Amino acid sequence: MTFSEDVLKNEEIAVIRLRSLYSRYGYTRFGMSKFEEYELYSRNRSFLPSDNIITFTDTGGRLMALRPDVTLSIVKTALGGGPPRKLYYSENVYRPVHRGREVRERMQVGLECIGELGVYDAGEVIMLAERSLGMIGRRHCLCVSHMGFLGGLLDSAGVGSEQSAELLKCVSGRNASELRRLGAEFGLDDGFCENLIEVATMYGSADDKLDVLRPLSVSDDTDAALDELEQVCRTARRLGAGGDINIDFSIVNDMNYYSGVIFQGFVEGIPSAVLSGGRYDKLMRRFGKHSGAIGFAVYVDLLERTGHQSGGLDADVLLLYGEDDDPLEIADAVRSVAEGGESVCALSEAGDVRYGRLLRLSEWRSAST
Amino acid sequence: MSEIINIALPKGRLGERVYGIFEAAGFGCPSVLEDSRRLFFEDESERVRYFLVKPSDTHIYVERGAADIGVAGKDILLEHDPDVYELMDLGVGVCRMVVAARKNFEDETDGALRVATKFANIARGYYDGRGREIDIIKLSGSIELAPMVGLSDVIVDIMETGRTLLDNGMEPMQTITDISARLIANKVSYRFKHAEITSLCEAIKRSIGK
Repeated sequence: MTFSEDVLKNEEIAVIRLRSLYSRYGYTRFGMSKFEEYELYSRNRSFLPSDNIITFTDTGGRLMALRPDVTLSIVKTALGGGPPRKLYYSENVYRPVHRGREVRERMQVGLECIGELGVYDAGEVIMLAERSLGMIGRRHCLCVSHMGFLGGLLDSAGVGSEQSAELLKCVSGRNASELRRLGAEFGLDDGFCENLIEVATMYGSADDKLDVLRPLSVSDDTDAALDELEQVCRTARRLGAGGDINIDFSIVNDMNYYSGVIFQGFVEGIPSAVLSGGRYDKLMRRFGKHSGAIGFAVYVDLLERTGHQSGGLDADVLLLYGEDDDPLEIADAVRSVAEGGESVCALSEAGDVRYGRLLRLSEWRSAST
Repeated sequence: MSEIINIALPKGRLGERVYGIFEAAGFGCPSVLEDSRRLFFEDESERVRYFLVKPSDTHIYVERGAADIGVAGKDILLEHDPDVYELMDLGVGVCRMVVAARKNFEDETDGALRVATKFANIARGYYDGRGREIDIIKLSGSIELAPMVGLSDVIVDIMETGRTLLDNGMEPMQTITDISARLIANKVSYRFKHAEITSLCEAIKRSIGK
């Protein structure tokens, strides 16, 4: 039996397309259980966007959690070192939407590349991120940043960790006036502040902006970060990532976990990032594994609002029968309509069903004799 | 083709001043100033749409993408910490967030300090940084009444000239932070309407002489 994509919701179509995209590049499916021990998340709180987690006690008395995240589960079981393992997943996670309080079941598809990573592996992941956005079929852009560049800039000014956190919050908000105010309060060099503001307010194609960034580099670390950004973006382009890839340092992740390239993807009409990822070698180290790791998640549940055209009908045909009608005759009528290729809903009264045409059992009977 | 920018303006006095800034920058839509109950205004030629919104709600419209940009007081932004870009200090609606108390109030530091405020998160953040235990009494308005009738020891509130405090036998004790109206942007709209939003910001900067 063949089927039309019309019966699928946006999220279901996206999941199928993303899974086939990742398979084409040798990523294999990683399946996992719905529950993890709560301790996995409580030990890594700041890796998660929210600490609203649903917990329960299992039959053995252990405190378990409905999984709010997939990456931690994969990292927990990953072997460190060796050639990259390329995994993708398609799982429900349990997280609040929009920084709300209420936890909801949300579909998430993503991939992780774990092992001794080179520029090519990171470039391939960026290409897959850009292509993932393209699969959604609307105007989109992938925005990239680098925690090594931001960290290197702050280190060069001798900024302590608390001050760094406040400055990075302003960078994530493109908040030039607040950066100036904090610069004065912290006694930072004016030139450094203006450079940080230029970095925080920059936005544009990686093809153009990387050259603008070079003069703002202050150390070997920031040079290396820009080199990596450039090489990874060029590799992604060479692999066929054709859409917008923009430099955007307002994307800031926790430096305790993310050490290199980080990125987010956006689709027009959806007011938050639909894709988020980065290089998280430091998270691997926290788990005692010395290995590179890069990946991303696609928040497929956000696609429900992209206005899929379903025609708005529950069935092509509403077959109305009487309470005294023979069930075998009703079955014959339904079968003949369904085998004719139309969808059919058989009821004794119409109710709220939205249908294309009405067929009474008596009419079908007359037409059949 | 240039995209329309949807702008959430706060209703009331601040909104009128802010609208003046947009108009001077070339983004006028004269019907906004008409005395009517309309909340939605469009000017095709200037490529802007204005929504008139309760001042404490503009950040919600912007965060959720119903508006591309909006204007919100720094007090609201600090209290609710919406996930938006803060592109500019518009330099209007200038005031201070202060701790205020009745004249000659002395803090007996044993026991929790009772703090009446609309801004529970700002108050909590301020006193966390000072290691002072507090009991927050969240009110919606007329905060100055609270210490007068013994509901609280101090208040955390916005102060402009200080006249209201003075009239109620109170005085500011500490300044928490300066407040003013800020231009905020939805993080996704910023990326897809980057040229239009940047051009509007540049026009506003030129107009207010920054």
